[in-house]
Amino acid sequence: MTMSVHVDIVSAEKEIFSGLAEMVFAPAEEGEVGISPRHAPFITRLNPGEVRVKVSATESYPFFISGGMLEVQPHVVTILADTAIRAKDIDEAAAIQAKARAEEILADKTSRVDYASAERQLFQAIMQLRTLERFRKRGG
Amino acid sequence: MAVGKEIRTKIGSIKNTQKITRAMEMVAASKMRKTKERMLATRPYSDKIGKIIKHLAHANPEYKHSFLIKRDVKRVGVIVISSDRGLCGGLNSNLFRKLLLQLHQWDKAGVEIDVCTVGTKAYGLFSNLKANVIGHVAKLGDTPHLQDVVGIIKIMLDAYHAGQIDELHVVSNEFVNTMTQRPTVEQLLPIVASELDEQLSNRHWDYIYEPDAKEVLDHLLMRYVESIVYQGLVENNACEQAARMVAMKSASDNAGNLIKELQLIYNKARQAAITQEISEIVAGAAAV
Repeated sequence: MTMSVHVDIVSAEKEIFSGLAEMVFAPAEEGEVGISPRHAPFITRLNPGEVRVKVSATESYPFFISGGMLEVQPHVVTILADTAIRAKDIDEAAAIQAKARAEEILADKTSRVDYASAERQLFQAIMQLRTLERFRKRGG
Repeated sequence: MAVGKEIRTKIGSIKNTQKITRAMEMVAASKMRKTKERMLATRPYSDKIGKIIKHLAHANPEYKHSFLIKRDVKRVGVIVISSDRGLCGGLNSNLFRKLLLQLHQWDKAGVEIDVCTVGTKAYGLFSNLKANVIGHVAKLGDTPHLQDVVGIIKIMLDAYHAGQIDELHVVSNEFVNTMTQRPTVEQLLPIVASELDEQLSNRHWDYIYEPDAKEVLDHLLMRYVESIVYQGLVENNACEQAARMVAMKSASDNAGNLIKELQLIYNKARQAAITQEISEIVAGAAAV
């Protein structure tokens, strides 16, 4: 039997995933990380992006998160997501709309808006779309 | 026939009261369902972050965050979470009783307190006590948002960083089930490594931090405090509705009993009056 690690993904609104996995991939701030069972204790912040939980060689679940924290204990991986969505729940239309809105705000340099937050929104929307695309490619 | 007019009006007024309490009971029941769902939805997050913090308290970080360092206690900060409205049984008074005991202990130890209150009831209590209230929010409604409490959290954390307070406690009701709400006083800061986990505490270990310990810990601990206070708020909300529902149910039941008793008294009086009248008529007829 292959080794497995318990993975919990929670967002402020609900529990997203809880179960055993062979490996977890997460978009850490300093680059994507892959966590295998019995990884050393590790803690980091996460960027918006895709978290992938590989349950078995053939099966893996993608989730979209818009930032959060990752904690690793040898047998438990906890992801505290700001918001986490199962990839298949992402509303493509909403993501495209959000992207367009953020771009519009960024383009309109005359108005007094918070560029940092607009940029963040744009980044999030793009990551959402990317997650969705990958999800589709795998024929999920 | 003017028998028992007072009794009839009394029954009428109790019936009206019963209508009100029954309506409140039903409103509270439906609100409780919603607030409970909200509470259960946010619970996993605060549980998990609590677990991480517990791990962290056992680790030996190279960077000692001020939230993890114990200090001599001269002044404590308390965040009291109460409801805005009354008519919810002993919910607030139980909480305040527990709190006052704790305050008394601190008082004896010569520890001063700063208070932040959430909800009108707590503010009422502390303004009566002439305590040092440094922050207050109320009227958050049934769907409180994290932004609503960020203000008072910031006040407390700034005071903690500045060394004005040496401990931070959160006082709120814990939702056990619909019938039971448990008042709790929980120490939030400095973080206490309770429940020693053998595996974790036995060996010397530390996390690998990315990008670095300070940034990650600052972020995490901030989140932790926010999530605990927010969870307390949401939970207290569910408690309020549950307590109100139970209180209103027992009020309706009591009203029902009262009406029954009064109805009995009324019937007896009416019967007695009729009997008397008949006997008077009979006596009159016999005399003729």
